[in-house]
Amino acid sequence: MNIWKPIVEIAQDVRTGKTTASQLVDKSLKLINDYSEYQAIIVTLEGNAKHRGAVIDRMVSEGKDPGLLAGVPFIAKDNFLVFGSDTTAASNILKGFKAPYQATAINRLEEAGAICVAKANLDAFAHGASTENSDFFFTKNPHDKTRVPGGSSGGSAAAVALGLAPFALGTDTGGSIRQPSSFCGVFGLKPTYGLVSRSGVVAMGSSLDCIGPITASVEDAAIVLDVISGTDEFDSTTIVKDERGYIVEPSDLNGVKVGMVKEYMTEGVNKEVRAAVTKMANDLKEKGAEVVEVSLPSADLALACYYIICPAEVSSNLSRYDGLRYGYHVEDSKSLHQSYVQNRGHGFGKEAKRRIMIGTYVLSSGYYDAYYKKAQVVRTKIINEFQTIFNKVDFLLGPVAPTTAFKIGENIDDPLAMYLVDVMTVAASLAGVPAASLPIGTDSNNLPIGLQIMANQRKDRELLSLSKALEEIVG
Amino acid sequence: MAKLNREDVLKLAQLARLDITEAEIVEYQDELSKILAYVEKLQNVDTNNLQPTNQVGGLINISRDDEVKDYGYAAKDLLNNVPAVKDDQIQVPRMVD
Repeated sequence: MNIWKPIVEIAQDVRTGKTTASQLVDKSLKLINDYSEYQAIIVTLEGNAKHRGAVIDRMVSEGKDPGLLAGVPFIAKDNFLVFGSDTTAASNILKGFKAPYQATAINRLEEAGAICVAKANLDAFAHGASTENSDFFFTKNPHDKTRVPGGSSGGSAAAVALGLAPFALGTDTGGSIRQPSSFCGVFGLKPTYGLVSRSGVVAMGSSLDCIGPITASVEDAAIVLDVISGTDEFDSTTIVKDERGYIVEPSDLNGVKVGMVKEYMTEGVNKEVRAAVTKMANDLKEKGAEVVEVSLPSADLALACYYIICPAEVSSNLSRYDGLRYGYHVEDSKSLHQSYVQNRGHGFGKEAKRRIMIGTYVLSSGYYDAYYKKAQVVRTKIINEFQTIFNKVDFLLGPVAPTTAFKIGENIDDPLAMYLVDVMTVAASLAGVPAASLPIGTDSNNLPIGLQIMANQRKDRELLSLSKALEEIVG
Repeated sequence: MAKLNREDVLKLAQLARLDITEAEIVEYQDELSKILAYVEKLQNVDTNNLQPTNQVGGLINISRDDEVKDYGYAAKDLLNNVPAVKDDQIQVPRMVD
């Protein structure tokens, strides 16, 4: 469905006057309007985007270089603070919230000449795996309107699959870039923890939250990562970017050591998904790669570990929503306490409240050691297992999700069933390692299947290089 | 773990400063109990000699100089989202009688 040229070529066309930034903005806005029935977009930034398009076109006409992403339109998940419209995180409590400053990732993209044209739908506060937890509306999968796009970056992934813009930004706390990318048949990258600044992004689980690109190709993702990565004075968890950057050639597969995680290839995973992943492993072998089976013994503990640590951090991060400084506000509360409970109780949606309560439980005195601290120790165990594996192999392969896109409404009444969708993505989040979802084919319903590729921390460059080689095999 | 009772849910809501409805109390009793029962599987895991992970990237104590910097924001602009402002201050309901 994607009708955009590779990002490098789009920017080159703008720089050489073959097209204009204004034309690209108009094209993207028109496509957003044409495909509105998919409900991928919460709001367009028409005024701001057109203004920025004109600024970039003027730079070109004056002989100045607007940057690596000159005039390239993009879509941000609505949990990024962006000037020009509300930032809601798809939640009622943030309705009407105007960003007082912009996210570092957005600033860096703008400095490189890119233009944010719209904000994409998500599960409210990024809590979910289907985008059905949006407080506003659900998003439809571009490959089958009766199915979910995945989540929580479902709007971003659907937007790229529909070709509404050349790329989108998402956030991934336990799989929220990878799983929707898998369900929508696009490339999604969760970089190493700390590689992209989270300043100006609505916080979910701060020891897990990552920002990354969702794109039509590996090359496009590499360019976006190259622009947004690196240390930032506004996020003390950021790490330095690779001095060679992230724009890479496909890796030589001969002799590459790849591990297949055996715990991710069990009967709980859909047969067609397993078959597609196995086929990739076999193709890799044919190209000279060394493919071995490896074990992540605590794989089945990762989800339980995640669903303690994540809600704990959610409850802490969402405690700042008091309705007094910003957000949904009940008039005429009789006391400060009543003001808090009413603003929060009426402003937050169901899943946010559920996670706040779970988080409050596992952090409360008497349960802290048994739940939260235990989960942090199990997290260490999982990290150690990854290190053992990465001493033997360079990359890990497996499915992204146990199934392809499921039906709208299928899991909505069972919160635990929705959590189980994250079963194969949360381990990489807990270990802080980079992980990508690459489209490798479709199932018998023509729904996309994603391959999860993981590498050790700070091996984002190598991960992209391998992804590019795999992308060439898929063709 | 035993199922959360009504009082447990009300206590959690109180700690989390959430006003919840009668229907939600019943729903959360069931849903939260199921989720907690699932995550309880960690309690039997042998974690002897392992330390908790707080920072997955291995960074320790990132600090900066304690100095005032001007990033060009006006106080008025930063108060734009506040529901009730008086003299550049955030107005809140009375705390002390």
